[in-house]
Amino acid sequence: MTTLSYAVSDSATMLRRNLRHALRYPSMTVSIVAMPVMILLLFNYVFGSALGTGIDGTATGSTEYIDYIAPGIILMAATSGALSTAVGVSVDMTEGIVNRFRTMAISRASFLTGHVIGGVLQTLASITLVIGVALAMGFRPDATPVEWIAAGGVLALLTLALTWLAAGIGLVAKNPETASNLPMPLQFLPFIGSAIVPPESMPAGVRWFAEYQPFTPIIETLRGLLMGTPIGDSGITALAWCAGLTLVGYLWARSVFNRGATR
Amino acid sequence: MPSTGPHIPAPGITAASATASSSTAPPPAITATGLAKSYGDKQVLDGIDLHIAEGSVFALLGPNGAGKTTTVQILSTLIPADSGEARVAGHDLTREADAVRAAIGVTGQFSAVDNLLTAEENLILMADLHHLERREGRRRAAGLLGRFDLTEAATKSVATFSGGMRRKLDLAMTLVGDPRVIFLDEPTTGLDPRSRRTMWEIIRGLVADDGVTIFLTTQYLEEADQLADRIAVLDHGKLVAEGTAEELKRRIPGGHIRLHFTEDSGLEAAAALFGAGTRDGEALTLDIPSDGSLSTLRAVLDILEHGGVQAEALTVHTPDLDDVFLTLTGRPQSGHGAGSQKEYAR
Repeated sequence: MTTLSYAVSDSATMLRRNLRHALRYPSMTVSIVAMPVMILLLFNYVFGSALGTGIDGTATGSTEYIDYIAPGIILMAATSGALSTAVGVSVDMTEGIVNRFRTMAISRASFLTGHVIGGVLQTLASITLVIGVALAMGFRPDATPVEWIAAGGVLALLTLALTWLAAGIGLVAKNPETASNLPMPLQFLPFIGSAIVPPESMPAGVRWFAEYQPFTPIIETLRGLLMGTPIGDSGITALAWCAGLTLVGYLWARSVFNRGATR
Repeated sequence: MPSTGPHIPAPGITAASATASSSTAPPPAITATGLAKSYGDKQVLDGIDLHIAEGSVFALLGPNGAGKTTTVQILSTLIPADSGEARVAGHDLTREADAVRAAIGVTGQFSAVDNLLTAEENLILMADLHHLERREGRRRAAGLLGRFDLTEAATKSVATFSGGMRRKLDLAMTLVGDPRVIFLDEPTTGLDPRSRRTMWEIIRGLVADDGVTIFLTTQYLEEADQLADRIAVLDHGKLVAEGTAEELKRRIPGGHIRLHFTEDSGLEAAAALFGAGTRDGEALTLDIPSDGSLSTLRAVLDILEHGGVQAEALTVHTPDLDDVFLTLTGRPQSGHGAGSQKEYAR
């Protein structure tokens, strides 16, 4: 019982520390919000009229291109948010403070738990901001409150999965620069999925990849919840991917962290 | 090891001080037997035995790469040893790691402070992790800031701190949990001379006021000499000597009288007179082995006078830890100590 309450209070201390970092040095938060917002602006206003004509309006029940891309780009806020956890963990690993924590009689898990919970909260805040920008740009979802909550749940699960993976990346990265580069493939994956254009419009090999990679079912689920497109078995697949990635990320990060001192 | 020649112990040595730490009165703060660690093919620690009395300062002295940091990392539960056993503050290192952690404080070579927080926030972070009550945590943080002369900088971001301030904060963070055993891994490396002296004062204060045990690693011989009750010399993962500073100095025939000459002929004549000694033709000096006593000095002067040789100047070198260190680790300074070097061949 005391072990558990120490674990909770240590994790809360670590979480406070990470949130204080995020609030005091908001540049990281700003840059992880800026990325999806820039993409949203770029694809809607610059490429939108060309790309939008190639998309069958009946799929979303809307002829506006932003109604097609918004769900995918909202999801990009989650991939972009993972970056700050990877960098944050890596900074702690390289600056020696983690070795101080390791030589204290504190809950071992609290270091990673604090980072991951802090990262998830930060990313959910930036997702909310990106949704706000999309709404301001004319995104008009037809979701009911229940569908909104479900969409929020899917985004939260995805964020949790990506944040645990990012924590693992932060632990193995040699320095914060590497930690900020390693998650790049995660950020590109949604493009080779159904975020910007439907996979059916892609060449065969790429289409096969786009249909089976984890982000496509998650994007399709979000799009279905927000815009009313058919979800089919994408929902189950999306949840399975999120749960699986969370488990893999968690076990990986934990085993790397428990392996011992960095130096 | 038998003494070489009729060396008189340096002044200040008494039987009591030489054997004090082997008495049984206080329980040992740290004991270790056969600690070993290797990374791949590289044997970093090769069977280390330690016995460190409570309330004492122990210095582990060695060059870069000798295994000092690895020793600290093992004893502070950061990494496991490949073999060997150790107890710290009465607890087994592997079986009771958390009890060890609760009793120790570690200040590493690279300052382990949170650069994005203020000094005060760093200390309160430590207080929270030690599960101190909020008010007690603040009280202790304020006390430590005052003690380490950081009160004015308390609300400044640590990122703006100088190296010396950072090191002080690092040590203050270590003290929040009232540790009984403190590990200081090269606590003054990279500090300017003034900050180094401040650090020394602080370390002395810890032992005098708080009665803690300090395990210090350093590559500065002067630092070990200044602070430590006992010194162990580590080289290539092995302890090559252990004792008080005086005991170590006594083991080394490093003391000599150096005669300075103005011309070659003087040096030649003197070298012929003494028969022994190390001559340096470039610097025109002759080093004659000596125990630093007045009688030896008088004897040297007599020989010079009777031989009619004029020396320009004379300096007396008593053996210092440099001699000990360089002799024991097999990297002697030019000439002296070469004789005993073989005994420690690796």
